[in-house]
Amino acid sequence: METFNEGVYSELLEILQNLHPDVDFTTNRELVDAGIIDSFDIVTIISDIADIFDVTISADEIIPENFNSASALAELIKIKLEDEE
Amino acid sequence: MQNNVLDYLDTTVKRVPNKTAFVNDDVSYTFLQVYERSRSIGTCLSQKGFYRKPVLVFMKKSPETVTAFFGIIRSGCFYVPVDEEMPKMRIQLILETCKAEVIICDNRTLPLAETLCFDGEIIPYDTASSWTEDSKCLDKIRSQVIDTDPIYIVFTSGSTGVPKGVCACHRSVIDYVEQLSDVLGFSEDTVFGNQTPLYFDACLKELYPTLKFGATTYLIPHKHFMFPIKLVEYLNENKINTICWVVSALTMISSFQTFDKIKPEYLHTIAFGSEVFPLKQFKIWKKTLPDAAFFNLYGPTEGTGMCCYYPVTRELEPTEPIPIGYPFKNTEILLLNEENKLAGENEPGEICIRGTSVTLGYYNNFDKTNASFVQNPLNTSYPEIIYRTGDIGQKNSYGELVFLSRKDYQIKHMGHRIELGEIEANVNGLEKVRFACCIYDKDKNKIILYYVGEIETPKLTRTLREMLPRYMLPNHIIRLEEMPFTANGKIDRNALKIKYKEIYE
Repeated sequence: METFNEGVYSELLEILQNLHPDVDFTTNRELVDAGIIDSFDIVTIISDIADIFDVTISADEIIPENFNSASALAELIKIKLEDEE
Repeated sequence: MQNNVLDYLDTTVKRVPNKTAFVNDDVSYTFLQVYERSRSIGTCLSQKGFYRKPVLVFMKKSPETVTAFFGIIRSGCFYVPVDEEMPKMRIQLILETCKAEVIICDNRTLPLAETLCFDGEIIPYDTASSWTEDSKCLDKIRSQVIDTDPIYIVFTSGSTGVPKGVCACHRSVIDYVEQLSDVLGFSEDTVFGNQTPLYFDACLKELYPTLKFGATTYLIPHKHFMFPIKLVEYLNENKINTICWVVSALTMISSFQTFDKIKPEYLHTIAFGSEVFPLKQFKIWKKTLPDAAFFNLYGPTEGTGMCCYYPVTRELEPTEPIPIGYPFKNTEILLLNEENKLAGENEPGEICIRGTSVTLGYYNNFDKTNASFVQNPLNTSYPEIIYRTGDIGQKNSYGELVFLSRKDYQIKHMGHRIELGEIEANVNGLEKVRFACCIYDKDKNKIILYYVGEIETPKLTRTLREMLPRYMLPNHIIRLEEMPFTANGKIDRNALKIKYKEIYE
């Protein structure tokens, strides 16, 4: 059975893969620094995360460090989901 | 009488030569530097034999690009800005439409420009901007300028899949700059924070008033608009006091509670436009900056820039859209009903623009030009062109103009004007696609593409990236077994909208 963490991660990968089918989000660690995702993507990602996980990301969390890799973003979602419980 | 937009620069450079005019993270130019560079570029183009011709500017957004624009005007030519982020296919289409014989590039775009199918001349920016100026040659060109000569062509989405080049002249830009400056109260103390790309008319709001007043414009790097706190820090660090941004850039800040952490300290004039500002978000801005002046601006590229303004001063009803207000001085808005007569009280009508601000038309496209730049139907006595926007508007009980809807499938998405038909035409042109239809989710600002065909969704996503500009890419691409059709054989957009709602709500 898929664990909770894996579930978050794979759903997030689906969101990201939808935007950029060419990028390997499991290994890429410089999504922002290398200009792979842009401001359009950020808005879409945040709104998809809100829709799927019911998690609101706030301004001080919208920083390059949280968006440079899928794993960093999954970690942020996980922490926020745990906080709400 | 001023008949050239460069008169602004030539007057200001005498007054404040060493003040900063245009600046970004890498480069900063004073008015004297802008002046000298524009004269070098103008001489270069002229000595190479270019006169009254379109010149493609293919450069990354920077103060250099701005000096290239002014240099091209000096040579008597007109600039056609394209962007390093535009896909090659679109640049090729633009080249073919305007039949440009010369491209100015920077170091970054040069390799890409060399791969274009183009047999004209490619001039590196550094070559043009370090050319030895010839005053005699520039003076001669200047003396022959007519204020109805074009100064730029900017390309906007076209529903048949080919972008249309809106061509504007000195006179309409001068008219726009004067009226806009008057309404928004620009001055020498204005510090602009530019958000919009340089390949649209939107940047006119900063570029020319900067020349007119000897103000300063910061060209804010695109990447700052990803991170709201950083963006506000940037505004504060550079003491930016005036912004004319698209609504989505403003809501990006307000919707994430950014103001709980940091507030803009110097902002006193905030203009927004291109789409409807959600009242809830507007109120967050207003509450954060109660003493700032807020203006809603409205206008199509074909009307040079903005043609209506609304200072938001009165309290708005919760369900009331922010009005687009009143036309600028020297512009008239005609609301024409379906009988081509003035709409009566409480009757909606198509917003039509009359005045100097109406641009010259679509470059090398008389058919499209004649369809929307038309004789004023209220005037049967002499030739008078008005522009039919395709927007439907109405006056409210205060006599303020309000935008209601579109006549067609044009949308505003993240501040960009897009014909859904252009996306569909591109998708339909692909071999393995049988049907394609786009819908727009206004609430979530998403373009959804439905298609039927053998092509896999990821492959389609990749292919579209090579064909369409970034802002036109669908946010969701959904493959269907069958497309729903209406009784008379058209794709049933409403059925798709219902289908979409069922899945995502």
